[in-house]
Amino acid sequence: MSQLIKIENLIYAYGSKIAVDLPYLEVEEGDLFGLIGADGAGKTSLFRLIASLYKPKQGKITVFGQDTMKDYAKIRQFTGYMPGKFSLYEDLTIKENMNFFASVFETTVAENYSLIEEIYVMLKPFENRKAGKLSGGMKQKLALCSALIHKPKLLLLDEPTTGVDPASRQEFWEMLLKLQKRGITIIVSTPYLDEAQMCNKLALMHKSKIIAQGNTSDFITNFPKSLFHIKASKMRDLIHILRDFPHCHSAYSFGDAIHYQDKRNLTERVIQQELDAYLKKAGFSEVRIDKQIPSIEDAFIDYLHGQENDN
Amino acid sequence: MKQFIYFIKKEFLHIFRDSKSLIILFGLPIIQIILFGFALTNEIKNVNFAVYDNSKSHASQRLINKINATDFFTLQEYITNPDKMEDALTSNRVKFVLVIDADFAQGMAQTEESKIQLLLDASDPNIATNIRAYINNIIADFAREEFPTSGEKELITAKMFYNPQVKSAYLFIPGLMAFILTLISAFMTSITLTREKELGNMEILLVSPLKPYQIIIGKVIPYAILSIVNIANILLLGKFVFGMPLNGSLLLLILESFLFLLNSLSLGILISSFTNSRQVAMMVALAGLLLPTMLLSGFIFPISNMPKVLQYFSQVIPATHFITILKGIMIKGIGISYLIKETTILALLTLLFIAISIKKFNVRLDK
Repeated sequence: MSQLIKIENLIYAYGSKIAVDLPYLEVEEGDLFGLIGADGAGKTSLFRLIASLYKPKQGKITVFGQDTMKDYAKIRQFTGYMPGKFSLYEDLTIKENMNFFASVFETTVAENYSLIEEIYVMLKPFENRKAGKLSGGMKQKLALCSALIHKPKLLLLDEPTTGVDPASRQEFWEMLLKLQKRGITIIVSTPYLDEAQMCNKLALMHKSKIIAQGNTSDFITNFPKSLFHIKASKMRDLIHILRDFPHCHSAYSFGDAIHYQDKRNLTERVIQQELDAYLKKAGFSEVRIDKQIPSIEDAFIDYLHGQENDN
Repeated sequence: MKQFIYFIKKEFLHIFRDSKSLIILFGLPIIQIILFGFALTNEIKNVNFAVYDNSKSHASQRLINKINATDFFTLQEYITNPDKMEDALTSNRVKFVLVIDADFAQGMAQTEESKIQLLLDASDPNIATNIRAYINNIIADFAREEFPTSGEKELITAKMFYNPQVKSAYLFIPGLMAFILTLISAFMTSITLTREKELGNMEILLVSPLKPYQIIIGKVIPYAILSIVNIANILLLGKFVFGMPLNGSLLLLILESFLFLLNSLSLGILISSFTNSRQVAMMVALAGLLLPTMLLSGFIFPISNMPKVLQYFSQVIPATHFITILKGIMIKGIGISYLIKETTILALLTLLFIAISIKKFNVRLDK
């Protein structure tokens, strides 16, 4: 697979505040590349840099070999971009918006209808409704259609599912997988880690830096230490007591339980027994300690944890 | 080209779906014409006056009759006691008192000095000035008829050319045209362009193959078309409702209007290239464009009455030159050869604004 985006020594700053600091990143053609990070991590800035909307303060971004500084006009021909904020015209109807953006890219809705058909059929009944009057899920579908109208090779989606209901989010991701199969490279940011697992590549962005990246499956298989799923009476105190355990690497609530990692490289059984004894001594009953298969979320929490300890 | 046409179509959709912009575009010009034409007029009609006639001659009586015979003035009373003159003014019974000297008839025929005195209620200075001008005209006319041999005398201090009746429609139509073109072209253009930035639409327009000039021209053309409609409106209303003359070439008038239109559009684009929100654009356009156009261009206040600094400042306001051009063509009926200076200044200002706008237009979101 050839490399579609290559970023080298990239620095972007708002005044003196560094927003993106990226020594190296590449995205291969055909990737569904997930960018994960909290608000303010620098995801939107990175999108705008790739879309050639921001000038790097330092370093270089190439998209299909074109420099975002010099050849931005070419990049804009084959890039579809969906900003985090709904950016279509709210006073125009669905149909008018589609026709407008098709004409902007010198094409027609009919010409590329096959690409957007699956999403657009859901919008069709509301074709004459103004975009401002649509629900979050519908707006997002419309924005995706409009970003796809010119058959882009690269699709940049900045938090497309934020503020969208779970059913629409599900549909949206299924759509992205289909687009990936059609050979469109997609970079998508999301704050939801369950969604991120659908991507084949992931990068975790934290405080302007990408602190971890790679194949999604590797994040789980490379999880460094054994992980435990712990439940007990008095759940509210459990997390603090576990964190007070001298060998605790990390403990965090996960759903209705606590996920725990130990600092030591002991066998699981030894740790399990020690913890059980420690918790019972601390006055907990109904203690259940199970081995947990790490999820992507565990992997990222672990990375973030490592990051904070470094600082 | 299809791309471009759709862009313009889209812009018209924005305009026609936004009732506020429709009001500004079509309501405001009409309201202004009506306000300036009828309500805020400086024209005088049926102004009451008193006469203190010391001469009591046939000549003085003919003069009084002549003044009273116009639509402008109505003789309210004769004053016999000079102490009562002020009372007539302060009690608001009359706007002015005409005082005729005892040796009026002889004076008109021979001496150099004025034998007629006007006491004016100047609480409304514009009206007072107009009254004086009207009376001057009437007396000058009277002098020519009654004493044709006496020649031109200092009796009449102000000579009124081009607008002998000081009709205010003559004055407000050119000014209003400049004002409305500035409003629609510069004000609305700057707002419509910043709107794209503010609402985030610019973000996707920039990431499209559209060239900056296509975005700008596409956004501006609808306003240019609407401005042309408004020019036609004002000219027609001016001609048929207010009797505004057109003594010069209509073609020249239209060409000069297009030049000013272009100038206003480029100013609007210029403002939008410096601002990112509609509110700021609106404030800049209001304070930086509309107010000077209204107050300093000679539209409402004569430039010659301004302090020197403001007089210089008025020279960089495009509307100043446009108003001069319009008055020249409409009232004086002069041709391009007398308007080269103004036309050149307008053209240069336009080029300057366009050059800065092009340089300032950002193909990216950051600086």
